[in-house]
Amino acid sequence: MTTDVLGSPVKRVEDPRFITGKGRYLDDIQMTGMTYMAILRSPYANANIRSIDTSAAKAMPGVILVLTGADVPYNPLPMAWPAGGSSGVQNNINMPRALATDDVKWTGEGVAAVIAETPEQAADAVEVVHVDWEPLPAVVDTEGATQPGAPQLHENAPNNVVFVWTVGDKAGTDAAVDAAEVVVRQRIVNQRLIPNPMEVRGDIGLYNPGTDEYTVWMSSQTPHIQRLLLTAFVTGIPEHKVRCISPDVGGAFGTKIFCYADMALVMLASKLIGGRPVKWVETRRENYQSTTHGRDHVTYLEIAGKRDGEVTGLRVKTYANLGGRLSTIGPGVPTTLYARVLAGCYKIPNVYCEVTGVYTNTTFVDAYRGAGRPEATYVIERAMDLFAAEIGMDRAAVRRKNFIAPDAFPYDNPSGLGTAVNGEKIYIDSGNYEPALNKALMTVGYDDLDKAKAEARTRGKHLGLGLSTYIEVCGVAPSKWIGAVGEGWGAAMWESANLKVHLTGKVILTMGTQPQGQGHETTYSQIIASELGLAMDDIIVQHSDTLGTPFGYGSYGSRTSSVGSTAAIKAAGKVREKARRYAAHMLEASVDDIEVVGAEYRVKGSPEKKKTLQEIAFALDLGFSLPEGMEPYLDETAYHDTPNCTWPFGTHIAVVEVDEDTGKVDLVRYVAVDDVGNKINPMIVDGQLHGGIAQGVGQALWEEAIYGDDGQLLSGSMLDYALPRASWMPNLELDETVTPSPVNPIGVKGVGEAGTIASTAAVANAVIDALKPFGVRHLDMPFTAPKVWRAMQSQEVRS
Amino acid sequence: MTEQVRLTVNGVPRDVEVEPRRLLVQTLREDLGLTGTHVGCDTSQCGACTVHLDGRAVKSCTVLAIQADGHVVTTIEGMAPDGGLHAIQAAFWAKHGLQCGFCTPGMIMSAADLLESNPDPTDDEIRHAIEGNICRCTGYHNIVAAIREAASTLRAGTDVPAAANA
Amino acid sequence: MIPAAFEYDRPTTVAEAVDILARNPGTAKVLAGGQSLLGLMRLRLARPERLVDIGGLAELRGIRALPDGGLAIGALVTYREVLDSALATSRVPLLAMAIADIGDVQVRNRGTVAGSIAHADPASDMPAVVLALEASLVVRSGSGERVVNATSFFEGAFVTDLAEDELLTEIRIPAQPTGVGMAYRHLEQPASGYSIVGAAAVVGRTGGSITTARIGVTGVADAAYRASAVEAALIGTDGGAAAIAAAAAHAAEGVAVGSDIHADAIYRAEMARVHVRRAIEAALGAAG
Repeated sequence: MTTDVLGSPVKRVEDPRFITGKGRYLDDIQMTGMTYMAILRSPYANANIRSIDTSAAKAMPGVILVLTGADVPYNPLPMAWPAGGSSGVQNNINMPRALATDDVKWTGEGVAAVIAETPEQAADAVEVVHVDWEPLPAVVDTEGATQPGAPQLHENAPNNVVFVWTVGDKAGTDAAVDAAEVVVRQRIVNQRLIPNPMEVRGDIGLYNPGTDEYTVWMSSQTPHIQRLLLTAFVTGIPEHKVRCISPDVGGAFGTKIFCYADMALVMLASKLIGGRPVKWVETRRENYQSTTHGRDHVTYLEIAGKRDGEVTGLRVKTYANLGGRLSTIGPGVPTTLYARVLAGCYKIPNVYCEVTGVYTNTTFVDAYRGAGRPEATYVIERAMDLFAAEIGMDRAAVRRKNFIAPDAFPYDNPSGLGTAVNGEKIYIDSGNYEPALNKALMTVGYDDLDKAKAEARTRGKHLGLGLSTYIEVCGVAPSKWIGAVGEGWGAAMWESANLKVHLTGKVILTMGTQPQGQGHETTYSQIIASELGLAMDDIIVQHSDTLGTPFGYGSYGSRTSSVGSTAAIKAAGKVREKARRYAAHMLEASVDDIEVVGAEYRVKGSPEKKKTLQEIAFALDLGFSLPEGMEPYLDETAYHDTPNCTWPFGTHIAVVEVDEDTGKVDLVRYVAVDDVGNKINPMIVDGQLHGGIAQGVGQALWEEAIYGDDGQLLSGSMLDYALPRASWMPNLELDETVTPSPVNPIGVKGVGEAGTIASTAAVANAVIDALKPFGVRHLDMPFTAPKVWRAMQSQEVRS
Repeated sequence: MTEQVRLTVNGVPRDVEVEPRRLLVQTLREDLGLTGTHVGCDTSQCGACTVHLDGRAVKSCTVLAIQADGHVVTTIEGMAPDGGLHAIQAAFWAKHGLQCGFCTPGMIMSAADLLESNPDPTDDEIRHAIEGNICRCTGYHNIVAAIREAASTLRAGTDVPAAANA
Repeated sequence: MIPAAFEYDRPTTVAEAVDILARNPGTAKVLAGGQSLLGLMRLRLARPERLVDIGGLAELRGIRALPDGGLAIGALVTYREVLDSALATSRVPLLAMAIADIGDVQVRNRGTVAGSIAHADPASDMPAVVLALEASLVVRSGSGERVVNATSFFEGAFVTDLAEDELLTEIRIPAQPTGVGMAYRHLEQPASGYSIVGAAAVVGRTGGSITTARIGVTGVADAAYRASAVEAALIGTDGGAAAIAAAAAHAAEGVAVGSDIHADAIYRAEMARVHVRRAIEAALGAAG
């Protein structure tokens, strides 16, 4: 029977199309009359535009239209999540326009667009758009930008400060630090990353002159949100005149949450050329310059405590680089998504964090897999290692001593989860951290670490082991809390589902969430199969099109399995209840006497009197005979606002070896024990962890966006920005503990980001452990061979 | 200025007229509608565009269509022309060797090149053989497992009938 | 992503190819496997007006045994063909050692050994290999054929002894002295896979002391070079660990060591020493 499909490692229903080359990504869409857009991007990081001459471009073969900023009648892109909130600090919002008008603030900001008959013609013509530039000095250094004398990017942001935002108890934390037996201080850098989904972004705009309506295909995580933002904030076109569609999305990792200039441009261009479709697909080089980056923090941490290992205070000051202008939720990432979970899984009584958002002449920074939480985990997990080293205590023991106890939940986190203005709080609702730690230590052979280090020395290697005991917050919620923290435009965070059982008994679930590789079509099918007692083959999941799916917030922040699934379960519950009432009508029994067993609706005590869901749907959908007050059709919609976030946790352990001659770091083992609650499909859960871990490892060992002082992106292509390759990764050793989430009916928590959140710190701690013989206390990522080699050249203890 | 080019693609002769600068991947995708071959970068790093040219894996973004004139091209669409699945495709499905699916066609084509010359590769050999294919979703763990399984299936000489994959 | 437009020729003989080159001085580029050139063209960092596609020149195909025990590699021979050639791998094992790690399988299937040498990327591996092997390069133009020793071929970054009207047609690797061992050691720039440092060693002992020492180094300076100071220091020693280390210390001597975002000059020079040392050790380990 199908009811045990929930929790099974079912093969994905998406895969047949992907493994045969039949997936349909944005650039795979071909249409009659298609035109192609290319965007001219600024070669300067900071410059004024004196004038733009498009005449040569207009005369090029095949050119249909050339646009500059002056031709675009739209507002700047919207800011959906300004900081502010508890600190009440004025924000200085400077958003990009569809095309820059007077000035550019980063290398790669769009200044003109060419629409031509072929991609070749567009690429050729965009080269001859002439811009008369007035180059200005640029600033790319996050802290340096706030110093006197730095080039000023925006008049409304003196010293390039976007905001100064604080959270936690300053007086209490200052007192705790002042009174502490031990205080460890360290400056740490969480370097800028380029997210690199394998499919770049792109859009197709299609204007229908007959109806005055637009259709926009976009490689996006959030088609409903984009429709809202593009209409209500950017173009002024009425929301009901625009339809947004995300086809198959080839990875996103946060970068496809946002509202981008190109989306508006393809709409405008299609209208201006009479309704021919306009396709724009960025090159990878453009992706590096003008799709959002991630991370980029400079942090001063102070961890205070007692010599017995008890941590009593955490004081953190962070500078967050947000780029030359802001991206859609840029300010929300280094504030709420970061500082409110800084204390991780530890009961630290006093926590205070101050975050300064900074403008620099760089690409905008926004959510990248984990979004704030990897940065927070990196801070606290480095801090715990630094603290343990300072007091000479075992790293695992210090963690154990400070874990929030299993009986302390719901736990009111002092780093600010509960500091909303009108008393709305969210709590860490569940957790049991020690078993995961113990399991991971056992698996990796922690007790034999010294032996392993000695063995590695015989091979010219320095072995290191690093721990990361993390928590994650998934599916940020509930909406009333988000509203109450006073940040953002009031976007709620509920999710939606519509479930129809059609006449033939086939089931269509439409969702407001938007997959990018997570396998939603499979996991939602498993849920509905389980809820309604159906075969997965009888269910299809539709998504990604604002026509025909209920409004939803899309997929990011590991929210789909918790919030989206609960919406689907609720819709299924409504279907079941209506089917039950109709079964009572068909079977001439009272509703209370109908019991549901799988897909059968039976009269209690008379199991031969029964109707299947298919039989019920057929009759109900026809509607020839309806009980009083019942509407025809088995069609139910549910919206779900979850009462709390979910709180995955676990322990990751990395083992690295550093080559004594070259400084090259090899990741040789990786053990992860994660508690993501119950699993809808354990195969998919493991896959999410694998990929997440690799991305976090990538940050620790190889990845870094590097700017020259003049604002040129030096790591401007895959030739200079290193992504993890197969031969650099070991097989990953996964294990689990299971603490079901109490906030949804199936006890799931979300797993899209856990691997990334945990792994960066584990690898960093491992490398620094390996370098202990050299007196290295801290080193900033990425741990490239030259950097590690240099660190090994000195025996001095570094501060 | 365009030139006439004849390719044999997935066993079928195809005549296309191309500018000399047209890349093989553009011709496959745009002229022939074979969109299973993807473009993921502009520096020949990612391998999403991998196809077989005369039986060997190549990056079709770094071959001019005109260079392939008179040659034989196999794309992901030609891996199992009978509507079934090639053993490698079946193994990627069974082992969850893909998530977003964007790198998958190229990954499968590289795996096929490997297993042709090395039917029983070690994990290290598998990882080395797919160095030219970047996957951002899977951490490669399940891709390696899938290729390992495909190798074993192919060694056993078991055909994978279409029905078995349903 | 899309190269700028160009004229395209597909000559059917070498004579025709060099004639086209002679008639288009400075504006035509030779296209073989295209693994370096097309990449530059797609970023529009290279915009040749004309491509001369030598892919159809049958006379440039194949690996031949030379009567002296050496090897001749035609200009169209791909890396993969070398790896798959029992002749090449048995006569000159160094080739496969270096090639196995060049680029990735797709690049090796398409890229040619000669193309890499003619392109002369300062971070590519083959120049170090042909230097250590004392290979000679056969070059054709309208005025005939000449043979250039690899040691005088590489002049700078992307600059070689090849004139605008000349085509590299063959690489000739002489028979290597009996009893020598060969090895290649390199450190990859992780993003591109090119070598930050690559060291090729052909080393042999006679009667307990080192009599052959040829070390090619790439990635360190703007052109690959023979580490002659290392060779001089190594010859006549016993080839023990101390002698090797002392000799390898000269690995970056006499060249301007490069620096970029992936490795500064200090690190590069040190890696030259480390990898030259490791290559010599491995070569001696492999020696008969």
